[in-house]
Amino acid sequence: MVEVVTDVALRAEGLQKHFGGVSAVSDVSLDVRAGEIHAVIGPNGAGKSTLINLLSGDLSVSAGEIILDGQDITHLPPDRRARAGVGRSYQKTTIFSQFHCYENVRLAAQAHAARPLKMFGNVRSDADVNRRTAEALEKAGLTERADVIANHLSHGEQRQLEIAMVLATAPRIILLDEPLAGMGQSEARRIVDLIASLKAGHAVLVVEHDMDAVFELADRLTVMADGQVIASGLPQEVRMHPAVRTAYLGDHGDAA
Amino acid sequence: MASRLVPALLLAAALALPFVAPTYYVQFASKAMIMGILAMALNLAVGQGGLVSLCHAAFFGLAGYVLALVAGRYDPPSLLTTLPLAVAASAFAALVIGALALRTRGVYFIMVTLAFGEMMFYFFHDTQFAGGSDGAFVYFKPVLDIAGVQLLDLDKPLVFYFVVLALLIGTIALLTMLVRSPFGHALSAARDNERRALSLGFPVFRVRLIAFTISGALAGLAGYFAAAQFGFVAPQMLGWHVSATALVMVLIGGLRSVTGPLVGALVLIGLEEVLKATTEYWKLAEGLIVIAIVLALPNGVRQLMPLVFGSSGDDAAAPAKDKVVKSAAGASHG
Repeated sequence: MVEVVTDVALRAEGLQKHFGGVSAVSDVSLDVRAGEIHAVIGPNGAGKSTLINLLSGDLSVSAGEIILDGQDITHLPPDRRARAGVGRSYQKTTIFSQFHCYENVRLAAQAHAARPLKMFGNVRSDADVNRRTAEALEKAGLTERADVIANHLSHGEQRQLEIAMVLATAPRIILLDEPLAGMGQSEARRIVDLIASLKAGHAVLVVEHDMDAVFELADRLTVMADGQVIASGLPQEVRMHPAVRTAYLGDHGDAA
Repeated sequence: MASRLVPALLLAAALALPFVAPTYYVQFASKAMIMGILAMALNLAVGQGGLVSLCHAAFFGLAGYVLALVAGRYDPPSLLTTLPLAVAASAFAALVIGALALRTRGVYFIMVTLAFGEMMFYFFHDTQFAGGSDGAFVYFKPVLDIAGVQLLDLDKPLVFYFVVLALLIGTIALLTMLVRSPFGHALSAARDNERRALSLGFPVFRVRLIAFTISGALAGLAGYFAAAQFGFVAPQMLGWHVSATALVMVLIGGLRSVTGPLVGALVLIGLEEVLKATTEYWKLAEGLIVIAIVLALPNGVRQLMPLVFGSSGDDAAAPAKDKVVKSAAGASHG
């Protein structure tokens, strides 16, 4: 038991989210372990993005609790959660589009520096921030593009940039909301490889529609439908699960 | 090279001006610099923070009223006590108004700040404690006495001019430091993408509130000296018209630099002075010229500077850091 607890980076217990009378997430429990990629799949409207927003703090929970490394973060606002070790990407690329690629990543590193809001001193003089920026850019394969305004990057590069920014915050857990959305084959390949490399040193939770990518990446898989978890486990087990076959993988007619 | 030469030349000109120009122009230059401080203060919120405020006149006027209210009828007020008091009052007003207004975004923020500004206007307009709609006099200009020795007497136009010039330079230095600091970068990051700034871990509300408060305090600094110069305060000083004028100065000068709004203030006030002397319809002419400037130079007249003098220095949003990347990357390899 103790062994499992230390292994788990993020644990969600009985999460619920209601918008008025509509329940987007009605009962979700899952855990994400350090060093693994946990994929969440499910038909449109299953509540996957809502789940990520609950975990990141972009939405407040209606009920349930979220534990990060044994610390209750259920009611922390998003910036405090980020400081506590939650990093995320958005379904729609969310970067500082008017700033250089480098500055985007540098800001991410700055947000997790010892004094992120220092009112004096040049931002470029913080050696530690500069080092972490350069490392994150390199890991994401963007070192050569550091001087380009983020707006001028290709769509795939912008997704890489978003992941580089998340990396520069040195998170415990990385939440990725459809990282492959709207991406061509070769671009997608690069991102899949990048995501695969993230699990060294991080817990990763990824919501994705591309099934090939999901089965390639996932160490564990959770299937959601109508705001609930209908199956969870190793990818091979989940693939065979009868409820999953009806709700999602097999019968497309009933899925909607 | 040129980026250092231009400020140096301007400073030399500013230092020489009172010795070559008649008193009228020394006072005129003082007034223009005071408005320049107001515009630069406003731009910390508008340009760096993306917070279009229409209540900065309230902070400007409030500090003026504080001076008028605490200054006696028979003795000159002390600069040492009244100035901090006036600036603190403006800072406090900005803190309270900011704490409420910053819960809204975009056009709602503009409307809420406008509403607070008008509340302050009517507070002074419709109550009698500070002269109501007639305003109040500042009978004496402040003096700086230390241990019985008079160091500065703002009643002397020359002294007033140099004090305002020193504060102008101080304001530029302070704002430049802020804009280049981690705080300033966090502020402009939140302007570019609030959601991303939050999810990286920046406390966006707090960053904006601090910036808005500093901005309001500096507007108060300008207002104190405006009141001291005119020897009179009236509710109009707090009205939206002054807020809008300051905003026009920011737009003329350019949003993305510290000194752009100062250039905008000088251009607008200089323009007014010239047009008033030439035509009865100066407001019409001024409006047309302002429209032409904003259309032709969407980034402000400040953007002409690099064309004329080569590249300039203080743009916060353009951190070209080729060398930093390369050297830091090199360090991490080696």
